[in-house]
Amino acid sequence: MIAAITDPWWFQTTLRVVGGLAAVLLVAGTLVYLHLFKMVSFMQSRLGPMEAGPFGSLQLLAEVGKFIQKEDIFPRKADRFVFAAAPFVVLMSTFLLVVVVPGGPDAWFVDSEIGIYLGMAVSSVSVIGILMAGWGSASKYSLLGGLRATGQLIAYELPLILAVLGVVIQAETMNMQGIVLAQAEGEIFGWGAIGNPYILTQGVAFLVFLVAMQAELTQTPFDMPIAESELVTGYMTEYSGMRFLLFFIGEFATAGVFSAIAAVLFLGGWYIPGIDPTAGIMNVLGPIVLISKVVVLTFIVFWVRFTFPRFREDQLQKLAWKVLIPIALANIVVTGVLKVVF
Amino acid sequence: MDAAEAAVDRARDELLAQLTSDLGDSLVESHLVPGDDLWIRVARGAWVETAEFLKTGLGFQYFNFLSAIDWMPSPFGRDMDSQVDIELGHDEASEVDSSLEHGVAGGETRFQVFARVNDIVNGLGVTVKVDIPDDDLSLATWTGVYAGADWHERECWEMYGISFDGHPGLRNIYLPSGFEGNPLRKDYPLLARRLKPWPGIVDVEQMPGDDDDEESGDDS
Amino acid sequence: MTAISDRDQLSYIAAQAADARVNVELETEGMTLNIGPQHPATHGTLRIVAKLDGEQVIAADPVMGYMHRGYEKLTEVRTYPQVTTLINRIDWVGSFANEVPFILAAEKLMEVEAPPRAQWIRTILFEMSRIANIALFLGDMGLQVGAVTPAFFAFRDREHVLNQIEAVTGGRFHPNFDRIGGLKDDLPAGWITETKRAMKKMRNFCDEIEGLLQGNEIFEARTRGIGVIPADIGLGYGLSGANIRASGVDWDTRRDNPCGLVHNELDWKVWTHVDGDSFARFWVRLQEVRESTKMVDQLLDGLPSGPVMAKVPRIIKVPAGEAYVETENPLGVMGYYIVSKGDLVPYRVKIRSASFNNISITPWLLKGVYVPDIITILGSLYFILGDIDR
Repeated sequence: MIAAITDPWWFQTTLRVVGGLAAVLLVAGTLVYLHLFKMVSFMQSRLGPMEAGPFGSLQLLAEVGKFIQKEDIFPRKADRFVFAAAPFVVLMSTFLLVVVVPGGPDAWFVDSEIGIYLGMAVSSVSVIGILMAGWGSASKYSLLGGLRATGQLIAYELPLILAVLGVVIQAETMNMQGIVLAQAEGEIFGWGAIGNPYILTQGVAFLVFLVAMQAELTQTPFDMPIAESELVTGYMTEYSGMRFLLFFIGEFATAGVFSAIAAVLFLGGWYIPGIDPTAGIMNVLGPIVLISKVVVLTFIVFWVRFTFPRFREDQLQKLAWKVLIPIALANIVVTGVLKVVF
Repeated sequence: MDAAEAAVDRARDELLAQLTSDLGDSLVESHLVPGDDLWIRVARGAWVETAEFLKTGLGFQYFNFLSAIDWMPSPFGRDMDSQVDIELGHDEASEVDSSLEHGVAGGETRFQVFARVNDIVNGLGVTVKVDIPDDDLSLATWTGVYAGADWHERECWEMYGISFDGHPGLRNIYLPSGFEGNPLRKDYPLLARRLKPWPGIVDVEQMPGDDDDEESGDDS
Repeated sequence: MTAISDRDQLSYIAAQAADARVNVELETEGMTLNIGPQHPATHGTLRIVAKLDGEQVIAADPVMGYMHRGYEKLTEVRTYPQVTTLINRIDWVGSFANEVPFILAAEKLMEVEAPPRAQWIRTILFEMSRIANIALFLGDMGLQVGAVTPAFFAFRDREHVLNQIEAVTGGRFHPNFDRIGGLKDDLPAGWITETKRAMKKMRNFCDEIEGLLQGNEIFEARTRGIGVIPADIGLGYGLSGANIRASGVDWDTRRDNPCGLVHNELDWKVWTHVDGDSFARFWVRLQEVRESTKMVDQLLDGLPSGPVMAKVPRIIKVPAGEAYVETENPLGVMGYYIVSKGDLVPYRVKIRSASFNNISITPWLLKGVYVPDIITILGSLYFILGDIDR
């Protein structure tokens, strides 16, 4: 779909940029509508938006229109440049992250040998954006939120990466495409009808990844940086209009992209059992399969978000360092041993 | 029910007897409604002592409230009320009667502070009153005995201007810090009434347009 | 009670250490955080000036008065029947309960007693306003610790009760239904069956909240051991209602000092908890709602017939005297100390509202806790701002 080798470089580049924008914004929009507007409304025994478009499906466009019209307010004592740049840094990290996600045998943005490593690295950039927002707002609530976010995101990168390591060991590659193919061609004790999606053999790592992902996304129960009942909205408190919208999109887009990475690592990514993974049709079916998996995973994310109360900062750190990291380390050891034995 | 009431009465009688014997002359006056409630009035010097005795000696651990009362009738009388209300009250109320007329357990001064504490084990409550002389509007604080008296004394201070010696932070609690005057004193006018007189008791308020009967048939 | 002295000691050490850090070693400055007056967690305009070291509170000072309406002054120029309109607005989510102690105090001075049917209906409405009020707390407690959904369930199910109150009184929030000597009206037809259905729904709601929050590990981690109030401190500050019962004090005005309401003819239980922490306060309130629904059911079954209004003069003049009546309102003990001089209007009304005393413990309680715990503690103490500021 994207990497037709014969096309000139500028065409390829344009295609990648458009594809990347679509992959981030369309997915984010779908998630906002499906999960935030509808699924949560049904959980809370209400209808959600119903006026704009059929079943309120155009509500998001209306919201975007509203936000764009709003005044772009800077607090008087704000560090103007830092304040203005922060949402872009956060969103940029999401866009950089999406490039490592493959959608089909030829539908990829970057086919890097260190794909997952690159992804984990660029996902950390968002911390800087959040800290910038917290600092630049010149508000105590924002500062507390920014500092909490920093502590939290750094703490939860570790279990996230350690959980990925188990997959990398099993797949023997860091290439995202290679991980998908390893799952497609894998077999469990000689039975390979559905390949070997790593959720089966790396179930522990999958759970650790999901929990750490929830924290990385700062969704409840790990939403101390936002904590609307304590810090108003944390680092976003002083933002309004377009810049708030960027944070908002960033939140859902990041949820989508992280779910896509989880889907690639643990749920087999784009492949369909029974269809040759090199067939051209997979370039069309692959992204659809991937997005369905993303929707399922984000469903879990938002289900948890609207069900659980929130941790306190110290309890959250305790969970990361005393529970998740030991489990992830043990998983790596077990995976390594089994890898050698079998 | 009678037996139970009598039992409670006995409890209150005993309580009063204990208070009388311990406080001695400091207990100026008392008022007991059988089966209902007990009021005592103590000397100003024995205010804290009374609290300590009630708390430690008699088990009145529960601090209920503390406030004050201004016994001087309002110099404005009821001139701010509507004529309807005054007619219904058929009285004399519009004449200013500046004589002090105290409530239960008596009193001598314009201001009285009263507080209520409870013995939650036996279900008894007692209201303690104390006279505050006009030339020295101050009283010893109860915060050392009942921690909860803190905010009540602050409220009392800003509303009546009675200061509490030894209170840890006597500053305004409700009113803005630059506020002048003591709103709950009777001589503090209720400005809302001054600006716009009270309409009085009206059974049915007229709806807009009710008075012009000729034009009301137009919309049929 | 060793846990408490530990806690005292810890907060003392924390404050000392914070001072030392602030002043000497790193020369960091403490931060003053204004929580409120406009803040999502204070549901009203309470402001808390918190001095922080990092996220730890060194000192917290609640500032109120942003909503002070001067009811004690206003009652001095209102006739007795007019006062109920004002005092409805004190605790605005359980309004009917505000009227009851005032009316009872006035009745005591007038030596009037409401007919039995009026007393029973009063008790029904009294308990229903408790259910409506505390249902809001149960949802709000989830919201304070970050769970959004219970709040929606609370608002949904509270409607059932509010609809029933509205069916009788005509007002969802401000019934103004209680009169000296009885009630304004009798119950409408078909109300009893509908109310029983509503009570059943409220019991289901309690089970739902229990399932959503009580068994949740995160909720327990956030509330257990947070904001422990020892019984003697709580009594000294005049805490009441579920706040003091959660500290193990078995005291309920409804049972111990029932004047004018018929709780003693019912079969019910006063719930207490020994822990005194935020979780205990939540738990006690949850049980109270259940108990109230049972009470309402019993009251509906045993409702006597007869008039709902005693003979009182049309123009109400209350004889001279003083009376204090307190009842166990949703937020705690609420009492009115009425001084009458035999006039149309009260001479002085001291309103003893529950939240004012309940919140006065916060400077003591918030010392040494973390910022998120401020919210948990304030949420679990459960105040309504109108009840503080009056």
